[in-house]
Amino acid sequence: MQELLNIFVKSIFIDNMVFAYFLGMCSYIAVSKTVKTSVGLGLAVIFVLGITVPIGYLMNEFLLKPGALVWLDSEFIDVDLSFLSFIMFIAVIASMVQLVEMIVEKFSPALYASLGIFLPLIAVNCAILGGSLFMQEREYQSLAQATSFALGSGIGWFLAIVGIAAIREKIKYSNVPGPLKGIGITFIITGLMGIAFMSFLGIKL
Amino acid sequence: MSDQVQEKESLFSAKNRKLISNAIGKDNPITVQVLGICSALAVTAKLEPAIVMSISVLFVLGIGNVVISLLRNTIPQRIRIIVQLVVIAALVILVDQVLKAFAYEVSKQLSVFVGLIITNCIIMGRFEAFSMANKPWPSFLDGVGNSIGYGLILIIIAFFRELFGSGTILGWNVFETIGLYDIGYVNNGLMILPPMALIATGIIIWVQRSRNPELIKD
Repeated sequence: MQELLNIFVKSIFIDNMVFAYFLGMCSYIAVSKTVKTSVGLGLAVIFVLGITVPIGYLMNEFLLKPGALVWLDSEFIDVDLSFLSFIMFIAVIASMVQLVEMIVEKFSPALYASLGIFLPLIAVNCAILGGSLFMQEREYQSLAQATSFALGSGIGWFLAIVGIAAIREKIKYSNVPGPLKGIGITFIITGLMGIAFMSFLGIKL
Repeated sequence: MSDQVQEKESLFSAKNRKLISNAIGKDNPITVQVLGICSALAVTAKLEPAIVMSISVLFVLGIGNVVISLLRNTIPQRIRIIVQLVVIAALVILVDQVLKAFAYEVSKQLSVFVGLIITNCIIMGRFEAFSMANKPWPSFLDGVGNSIGYGLILIIIAFFRELFGSGTILGWNVFETIGLYDIGYVNNGLMILPPMALIATGIIIWVQRSRNPELIKD
């Protein structure tokens, strides 16, 4: 139990998707103009990550990694399908995003309209694929660990995008040099937030 | 359509050359279109992985653009994203396996970021915006131009981060050779940390927009 909590806290603060690995930066910068839309996108990312990483874990465990097919027949002990993992993960992600799109369109047409093109683009949000790939690389031991990593990373991403959106709403009223307005200042503020988040590195979990 | 006009065009007509020069300069994928930043920033702590990453993207985007452009009339509109993802994923698997075979050290350094070329928005962005509507040759040039624009920014950032952060370039001790340490210089450890990549990009955007005022929007 404590281990799960450690992974959870670690993936929110220390291994934050945005500040430590720069994943999902494109939508992070493009959708963070208002807090409202960024909350919507953040929740969608938590949801998609929370589903795709556990599915990816099961696929990795029972299909992809060396010797994973042994449950089918013992002569498959040497089969290593791990080179297929990119294509398998992206297929799961694309179908989950399609599902989220349909759910959001049904239950919250307003949010659907405000997210626009960025909802289907969650499929190419690197944070999502990155979640599955990190899960594979870090070799989590159980489904519960993979799930807590996925939810933690999603919440970390959510915090980051809501934080930057709040700052950008305020910065509209300040006197930023012309060439730095818009994305320039967003990059620099994200960098400063990243430095702040680096202080969590001191926590040993 | 303007097919007849295009067929008479030479391979390196002014319009085609512009596809490349625009992508490097005032339509740069990273600093102007704001695409593909994720992988761009993460691999720039050292120059070598940045160069390998640029070459990989050049390969995937160049070939991918041609493939999509050849297929563009046969891809059904509704499932185009999945078709595009399959093409990208296949090319990226190729790159990943080649890197693992011939440059294992670098592929370890790049870790998941080779795989993340799949979700690099430049590639999807160019497929959607250009090669779905253009002939193979211009698409190829567009792909090459955009990946050069991408690689250029990567290499600039990586150059400065490696130089000031570790005092080396491609592993060669520059600062030690010119004797900077003897007069009391100390490596700036901050440059190797992730946040500096963001700040460096911000500064590049700042410089570029000050030089091209027409890029300033809001």
